[in-house]
Amino acid sequence: MEVDKYSIAPPNEIDIAEGLRINSLIAASQNPIPDPDSWIDEEIRRNVLVTSVDYVVDWARSRSLFPLMFGLACCAFEMIGVATSRFDISRYGMDIFRWSPRQADLMIVAGTVTWKMAPAVRRVYDQMAEPKWVIAMGQCTISGGPFRESYSVVPGVNRIVPVDVYVPGCPPRPEALIYGITKLHKKIVKGSIKKA
Amino acid sequence: MTTALSGEQVAKKIEKASPGAVEAADKTSVIVTSESLLKAAEFLKNAPELDFNYLRDLTTVDYINFFEVVYHLVSLTHNHSVVLKTRCYDRDKPAVPSVTSLWRAADFAEREAYDLMGIVFMGHPNLKRLLLWEGFKGHPLRRDYL
Repeated sequence: MEVDKYSIAPPNEIDIAEGLRINSLIAASQNPIPDPDSWIDEEIRRNVLVTSVDYVVDWARSRSLFPLMFGLACCAFEMIGVATSRFDISRYGMDIFRWSPRQADLMIVAGTVTWKMAPAVRRVYDQMAEPKWVIAMGQCTISGGPFRESYSVVPGVNRIVPVDVYVPGCPPRPEALIYGITKLHKKIVKGSIKKA
Repeated sequence: MTTALSGEQVAKKIEKASPGAVEAADKTSVIVTSESLLKAAEFLKNAPELDFNYLRDLTTVDYINFFEVVYHLVSLTHNHSVVLKTRCYDRDKPAVPSVTSLWRAADFAEREAYDLMGIVFMGHPNLKRLLLWEGFKGHPLRRDYL
């Protein structure tokens, strides 16, 4: 039986472009992006100048987070559970999950991120308007989880986007995600408009 | 409940229709040579007393010495099933004929088998990677992939 007589279909332009995009992203993200930590010393650094403006702005920002739904695997169901009436994140002013990145300022990445999905994650993050935050939800998103050594899974979403809050669990209970959201609130309150 | 036909009985029928096609047969499955796979599959589909009109699953197994392609065939009219297998011993260029001309369901299944196991299905209309991206090196479900 001759293999050469019928060979594999020639790849079309879209496939080649996608492959190049993924391969270049893999090459570019061999090391994790350091977590944003400039907010840690912020309380000491800011003294008088724009304190009360900051107070109002941070209060407004942290109380009206609009989350972007990025459910990729089973963690998504716990995230949906957070939005339902039992856990009800509307209490935190997070009203509805937005499906458009342009209307959202918090991306909850819930589930296993594969390299084929990674360009989409990155693009959606880039499309979100500043200021923006990212919650990595679940073991797979944080570090790749059980699939860390796999050929197709991103070992931690922090290779692709900077992460503000990690919510561990497999999957995390809705309470854990709410705890992570309150932690994010505390972090946003420490931010300053000086740096935006 | 679908009745699983004995592989030996089905093998006898295949052997009668195309002599030399059957490599081995046991109670659960029929193993045909890869050269006569298309003929055997055509016979299984078109013979009125067998009438396997539905390909339920197509998978591959890496036995290191050879690859095995497994076809799960079901007849919706007679409500019976059989497991058809074929082997390819060439590890560098494994190739079996495509059955997309008989069952359209084989299209994506064969693309997946090519993607993950590297088996070339000859005569497939659009054989390219299904799950992984273009430019991925190797075929990850092979035993020697690391």
